[in-house]
Amino acid sequence: MNSNEAPIIEVVDLVRKFGDRTVLNDISFNVHRGETLVIMGGSGCGKSTLLRHMIGSMKPTSGSVKIFGEEIATMKEREIGRVRQRFGMLFQSGALLASLTVGENVALPLFQHTERSADEIEEIVKQKLQMVGLTGFEDLKPDEISGGMKKRVGLARALALDPELLFSDEPTSGLDPIMTAVVDQLTLKLAHGSHMTAVVVSHDMTSAFRIATRMIMLGHGSIVAQGTPEEIRTSTNPEVHQFINGEADGPIPLNLSQDEHEHHQHVKPRPFVSARFRFHHKTP
Amino acid sequence: MVILLAAKLSAFFDPRVLSFCASAYRILKNYLQLNISLLYWILIAPFTGQFFKISPVFRQMVFIGVRAAPMVALTAFSVGVTLAMQAAHSLQQLGAEIYVPDLVMVTLLREMGPVLIAVIVIGRSGSAVAAELGTMKVSEEIEALEVMAINPVQYLVVPRFLAMLVMLPALTIFGNYIGVFGGWAVCTFALDFNTAGYVLRALQSADTWDLYSGMIKSAVFAWIVITIACNAGLHVEGGAEGVGQATTASVVQALLAMLVTNAVLTGIFFFAV
Repeated sequence: MNSNEAPIIEVVDLVRKFGDRTVLNDISFNVHRGETLVIMGGSGCGKSTLLRHMIGSMKPTSGSVKIFGEEIATMKEREIGRVRQRFGMLFQSGALLASLTVGENVALPLFQHTERSADEIEEIVKQKLQMVGLTGFEDLKPDEISGGMKKRVGLARALALDPELLFSDEPTSGLDPIMTAVVDQLTLKLAHGSHMTAVVVSHDMTSAFRIATRMIMLGHGSIVAQGTPEEIRTSTNPEVHQFINGEADGPIPLNLSQDEHEHHQHVKPRPFVSARFRFHHKTP
Repeated sequence: MVILLAAKLSAFFDPRVLSFCASAYRILKNYLQLNISLLYWILIAPFTGQFFKISPVFRQMVFIGVRAAPMVALTAFSVGVTLAMQAAHSLQQLGAEIYVPDLVMVTLLREMGPVLIAVIVIGRSGSAVAAELGTMKVSEEIEALEVMAINPVQYLVVPRFLAMLVMLPALTIFGNYIGVFGGWAVCTFALDFNTAGYVLRALQSADTWDLYSGMIKSAVFAWIVITIACNAGLHVEGGAEGVGQATTASVVQALLAMLVTNAVLTGIFFFAV
């Protein structure tokens, strides 16, 4: 890691609001080449929103997001395409095209963005599927394989163009412990071998500590803590402590309070009616 | 008086009216954007080296067009038979049965053919396209395409659009044949026509403009049907329920737009040509 080199990702003062609700508040961080950054935090803390800003599918209310030194927040759709060809993204659900086979899914970016022949592409597809432990699954449709397999195919597709940068949204949720280790090792191998940079959103702490070179913890839309895995592990911040140890009691609130719920006004809290009364159509 | 007027005016600012206007505006804006981007990918992008792939166009032609052929045939045959019987009923009273083939032919070519076959295609292929794209949208597939730097309009909409633009007029010609065949069945088996007489009479009555005006209508309908279906599908929000709503909305919007356009086009052909 060479910190003199310009960072691959540079997020400065990123703010995103949905109506009056601030989802991301003053987020700033850099990611350098070869680093593996893990973003963690409870559900609804803005992890996925932050990721969507980095891949350019959401625009910030204010602030800047630079990928490979190019400002992605103000870019036109066509120019974003050029940047996007340089990174891969693994979606939480895999997001495979249901109408294509597994092999065609992995081949899709190769067919669209390279001039390679069909034979060459077939070879690459085989090799990528082998990397994620799915040799021989080329001709199955996504709905014929399990959720964990879909995710691994999604990873193979994200790696099809040998990207310099990989974004993963919960890469290991839904995988068994062995497959989690395989995916983690793959990420480590790519990070060390081909100096791939990775940004991983995760709340699987075992996997996070295994792959991370740096970690960021989000809470309520802001960065609660950031540092190396060692710094995070020994952090005295009670929120971080609660999160990485998975404790039920602590400063992180479990439920949204009534005030925060007002942003979802279509979800009106129902007055409590016991099931017995509801089923017998009587009012208490 | 003033109060009454104010009350009437304030009805326009009712939140329900306003939200309806807002959603209508949003749909129209999305629709226009889709059309512009569609034209860009078909007409301009190929000259900048970004060709769309041709094989998906044929796949969609099979799905949108070829598989709809049996339904179109059945519909067109029933319509041809009905037209002939209704015409015979009225014309017999005037002793003018000889004009039955004329009526069947002209009505089918100019009006019933394009409109009814568009109705079938809206119900069958338009709704399927809206549901398919909507499902892709809610399962993050569209976003995945975008992140892979594949434009969803180029990859998904262009093949469906071109397929529809070819197949709806083709189905209309096919339907016209079957409809005229239905008319023939009535004329030869129930009225005093022989085949040669029917064909001759039918061909004499129609001129090429009857066919062309029907084809123009059909091409315009194709444009309307597929862009409305794709627009509804690409802007689905809210899971499976949203897909259902978008599918229904696409059928309703496409039917209304198609019928209104039909009236406008008929008006143009009637007064201007």
